[in-house]
Amino acid sequence: MTSNTADTPGTTPAAAGPPAHHAEAVGPLAPSTRRSFFGVLVGSISAVVGALMAVPLVRFALDPVLRGGGGADWFALGSPEDLAKAAAAEPVRAEVSFRRVDGWRATTVKQTVWVTTGAKGGLTVLSGTCPHLGCVAIWHGDRGRFVCPCHNGNFGRHGELLGGPPPRGLDPLPVKVEDGKLWVKYQYFRQLVPDREVIG
Amino acid sequence: MSAAAEGRPAGGGEATLRARLAGWLDQRVGWRQLMSVALDEPIPGGARWAYVFGSGLLFVFINQIVTGVFLALYYVPSADHAHSTVSFIQKQVTMGGFLRSLHAYGSSVMVLLLMLHLAQTYVYGAYKGRRELLWLMGCFLLLLMLGMAFTGYLLPWDQKAYFATAVGTNMASEVPWIGGFLKLLLRGGNEMGTLTLSRFFTLHVFLIPAVIFAAVASHLFLFRKAGAAGPPRPAAEVRQLPAETFFPAQVWKDFVFGIGLIVMLGALAWRRPVSLGPMANPADATYLPRPEWYYLPVFQFIKYFHGAASVLGIVVIPGVVVLALFALPFLDRSPERRPLRRPVAVGSLLLVFAALALLGVQSEVQDRRDPAVRAKLAAQEEAERTYMREPFTPEENLGPAAGGGGAAATAPAALSPEAAKGALLFESEGCSGCHGAQGHGGGGLFALANLGKRFSPAQLLALLHAPRPDMQQGGMQPVHLKDEDMNALVAFLLSAQRDAAVTAAP
Repeated sequence: MTSNTADTPGTTPAAAGPPAHHAEAVGPLAPSTRRSFFGVLVGSISAVVGALMAVPLVRFALDPVLRGGGGADWFALGSPEDLAKAAAAEPVRAEVSFRRVDGWRATTVKQTVWVTTGAKGGLTVLSGTCPHLGCVAIWHGDRGRFVCPCHNGNFGRHGELLGGPPPRGLDPLPVKVEDGKLWVKYQYFRQLVPDREVIG
Repeated sequence: MSAAAEGRPAGGGEATLRARLAGWLDQRVGWRQLMSVALDEPIPGGARWAYVFGSGLLFVFINQIVTGVFLALYYVPSADHAHSTVSFIQKQVTMGGFLRSLHAYGSSVMVLLLMLHLAQTYVYGAYKGRRELLWLMGCFLLLLMLGMAFTGYLLPWDQKAYFATAVGTNMASEVPWIGGFLKLLLRGGNEMGTLTLSRFFTLHVFLIPAVIFAAVASHLFLFRKAGAAGPPRPAAEVRQLPAETFFPAQVWKDFVFGIGLIVMLGALAWRRPVSLGPMANPADATYLPRPEWYYLPVFQFIKYFHGAASVLGIVVIPGVVVLALFALPFLDRSPERRPLRRPVAVGSLLLVFAALALLGVQSEVQDRRDPAVRAKLAAQEEAERTYMREPFTPEENLGPAAGGGGAAATAPAALSPEAAKGALLFESEGCSGCHGAQGHGGGGLFALANLGKRFSPAQLLALLHAPRPDMQQGGMQPVHLKDEDMNALVAFLLSAQRDAAVTAAP
């Protein structure tokens, strides 16, 4: 340990306290009591200050997790009559693109939606994002179904689940007709759950 | 592993369970011996507040590591993104301004503690008695820490970071023979740019910290090998003093000091968060850089050396001081440790500290005394405050936000020295209040365009002394300055560069 003193500190077990000749330099408490008192004091103050310091660090690291996503926009897809005619033959693919703030930068995100006929007639717009693991399901005209190219999820022309790993059918998006146009609001849904849940 | 294997009688109480667990761990880890080595170090003469600075440095260094790692979560070391990411941290991320302030103020506290630690060791003569390597390692750590401060300063990539580092790296070129190469090496090219930023980032985050870890470990090892020096008394006396172990008394003092530092740092960062200026604009030739307070003495010192003598101020004299610091335990071989019996040693330390303080104060005084400089520095601070008030705007797509967030109009490429002085006067005399930056006008202000084509210097001078009635109606006051200042102002107003900048901008 040290050059000028004997090796005693290195070999004395800590639990036994300091060597006896140090006792007079110490306060009124017995050395071992004093040592464990300071040990507990240093430990508990460290814990309190450490916990206080951890709060800003955790808040800082969790910022993107706790920050809510921006509001969804409506996108015009085209005249409902034209789309209905086209969708009667086979589902129409459309792309919506929107600005997404990605931390310190803003990017343009493109997402695929499918305009198709509803199970009860009329038009429905499906999110192309597979509810399994998020690949984009593609219409296969020859087979009359949507097929996800990643894990072979199969969906009918109204989006209903036909087979494969996905827990539910393709997700329908909110639509409205305004100014003679069909509008869709793009949404993200939680994946891998049987019940639809909008997450942004 | 069963309890019986420890060979202890089954007690059943909580205490025995704890003792058994402690014994189990100790047999495998040997923590009792580790704790003993760490805590039972004898301190001759007992614990003192004078010894807390080294531990204080460790506390703040840990603060720097933790906050630094977290800042790296959002930071990007590239000239086109660095400023956006720091602005994001500062303005957008929860607690971002606070963590950044902890890190920035932490560097100042580190420098302060280094000075105190060095002064205490020096005055106590604690570098004596086979402690040369311990001292050398400490000096090396001082340089590494100053390197951390210098490299970290550039990373936010705002105006002051950019221009302070431009000056700092230019100083490297004064080193004889290898100066030019050294500057290229530091900057990664002739000019400051994204490669400079990458280099500084790598130095700041990987290289220097790695060396610091190794150096701190060596410093502590050498310290333990030599033993605590104790109070500044003759060696024979120190040996006779009753010793106290490191724990608890000294640990407690170190701990109180360290926690006090962290709490003060936290309070400062909370109440007065550091700011961020507009993004670095290398074209802004008028920016007046000023270094952090701890580099002000060097900054001021350099002013006294002109032309060929610059090398003295930048390299030779600081180099001699640093070398003398390193060589101290070899130069001072006397075993005497009492400060009053070492007038030369202690006197020279006081002299150096006094000189540093004087230079720092002098730099500040000169800045305040010169109205043009004072006004320019105030305008820069105002630009920083304005930038801080603006909300965060993300970079659109892959390109940097237009204008980079900078509000200042691009300065002309090269004004003559006289016109440059005039440009400062234009700001300091308040001309820009009615005529806009450089007489740019805009926003209902009176633009000063094409003056060069309309007036001769003498005509303009006369007009400034006695404005036309229509000008006076608009609020123009007669301008009366010293003749040389008037001429500088006229030179600036008539300069082709100013005209070009004013007419080119929208």
